[in-house]
Amino acid sequence: MNQIRTVNTESRGVRWTLMALAFAFLFFFLGLPLLSVFAEAFRQGFGPYWQALAEPETLAAIWLTVFVALAVLPLNILFGVATAWAVAKFEFRGKSLLTTLLDLPFAVSPVVAGLLFILIFGRQGWFGPWLAAHDIKIIFALPGMIIATMFITVPYIARELIPLMQSQGKDEEEAAVSLGASGWQMFWRVSLPNIKWGLLYGVILSNARAMGEFGAVSVVSGHIRGETNTLPLHVEILYNEYNSVGAFAAASVLALLALVTLVAKTFVEWRMQKETDMLNAVLPPEKTTATN
Amino acid sequence: MSIEVKNISKRFGNFVALDNISLEIPTGELVALLGPSGCGKTTLLRIIAGMESADTGQVLFHGEEATHVHTRERQVGFVFQHYALFRHMSVFENVAFGLRVKPRAERPSEGEIRERVMKLLKLVQLDWLAERYPSQLSGGQRQRIALARALAVEPKVLLLDEPFGALDTQVRKELRRWLRHLHDEMHIASVFVTHDQEEALEVADRVVVMNKGHIEQLGTPDEVYSAPATPFVYRFLGNVNVFHSRVHGQWAEVDRAAHVAKDDALAFVRPHDIEIQRESSAGALSASVLHVQAIGPLVRVEVEHQGEIFEVELTRERHNQLALTAGETVWLRPRNLRVFQGEQMVSSQTFDLGAGI
Repeated sequence: MNQIRTVNTESRGVRWTLMALAFAFLFFFLGLPLLSVFAEAFRQGFGPYWQALAEPETLAAIWLTVFVALAVLPLNILFGVATAWAVAKFEFRGKSLLTTLLDLPFAVSPVVAGLLFILIFGRQGWFGPWLAAHDIKIIFALPGMIIATMFITVPYIARELIPLMQSQGKDEEEAAVSLGASGWQMFWRVSLPNIKWGLLYGVILSNARAMGEFGAVSVVSGHIRGETNTLPLHVEILYNEYNSVGAFAAASVLALLALVTLVAKTFVEWRMQKETDMLNAVLPPEKTTATN
Repeated sequence: MSIEVKNISKRFGNFVALDNISLEIPTGELVALLGPSGCGKTTLLRIIAGMESADTGQVLFHGEEATHVHTRERQVGFVFQHYALFRHMSVFENVAFGLRVKPRAERPSEGEIRERVMKLLKLVQLDWLAERYPSQLSGGQRQRIALARALAVEPKVLLLDEPFGALDTQVRKELRRWLRHLHDEMHIASVFVTHDQEEALEVADRVVVMNKGHIEQLGTPDEVYSAPATPFVYRFLGNVNVFHSRVHGQWAEVDRAAHVAKDDALAFVRPHDIEIQRESSAGALSASVLHVQAIGPLVRVEVEHQGEIFEVELTRERHNQLALTAGETVWLRPRNLRVFQGEQMVSSQTFDLGAGI
């Protein structure tokens, strides 16, 4: 037994070194910065921290961040479910193009994405004159920030749902339809319950990304204090003004959000794992129907 | 309700799944679509259900055009190979689904739903599992629930796609018998797809043997087994020995008046249709015994004739009479043989060898 184990696994030294390396890396590049955020925020005690957070501009930034996220999420859910559905359940021309495009936001730098929208909707942009003539403001205003955030966060839900829906196949939907269910009934009673945990997982990821987005939003927001400043942008402004407590207090809100996301994500992962285990569970022995 | 399929063709890209298929299934009949994988049997079933559309051709239910009717309105019960139970619903809710999604005007009351679901669960003998979830059931139980669910909407036609394919032999046999019984009580047309010849022969009223998108033969289980229309059906349904005319002389010899070149003719004989004799007689081939093995009620004898090996099945009684041993020379006589030239059958012969032999 012992013999087999030493043959199959690395030696104790190698294992320990690898683990130590991983932990050291995580500590220095993730753990320490996170701790320092809270340390800096509370450097002058709880009072100043609270005061910094209660600044009207900071509060406005928090609300704006929440608002943008809330505006983006429903659209992302709609697009994510629709895209995943199309990719997982139908065959059509341009399917691989669609899945490649879906990865575009991962590949493009957020700042470039922001500049793209300025090019399209900005004053000198393609639709600029038309928008100005109709008195519609997109760039340096809320609509632009929502659009930029959407661009960045749109793939998360679809990416999560596609493999899940592919593995579940079409059988249950087909069964529902053969039993007389309409399209809506099939979706609400069969499809949605089957993907709910995957969907929630995607929502959590895309929400975290939406609230933390800096680059793209920074380009289109115009940094108007109390108006178009989201929390990440506000942190930068405060920091540049040497308002260290204010900057770190705002940053601690974002860090807290990250921690909450982490916990929620772990919980949802655990639930998903439990459901998969349940589906793959060893079947109980056949009960023979000797009674008939 | 009867099903009629007229000139159905279906291609997937370059692959021809169905090639001009026509078929009629009267009410009350249980029909098996039998064939190797990729022969188009599942595609045909899905076209009947409306889950797949045919490139050309028609589907008629009870004589009425149904080719473009949506699956939802076809009133077919469909049973999937992998059950397709709704995993997040209890067994009770699974069976009740078809009743709950009915338009408000037709939907039965909660009490009626309860009554009907429990009646169906009793019918499949699983009423004690009503509160369980699909993941807590065995394969055989899942398939019976899937059947109860399909029957809940009182379908006019029952379609089953390899319904027992994922189950082990013992459970399969039991469910087969049970399906037959259930079908007989319901007076509907049922079609089931299978690649298992034993299953098709045992359960179905008629068997449709399919290969490469077309129908090879359509007949009762006895017809397709004892009078195969093509070499494919011969090979697919049970074991068969093939004698080449060039090598094996008269067995594949065809009436010369029919002007058939006899060189490429093949004679097909089932192992149990070969009689072993100790003495030579007209038309008998000499062979040497290679191997004798008892398998259940039969004794399988491997014999060699001019370098080729053939299988003969004897009853235990007959074998006891003969007392064959490896190495000895015997004579073979066919009881029943069919000669094919290419796909074409050119002769079918039955020989009366007498009871005593």
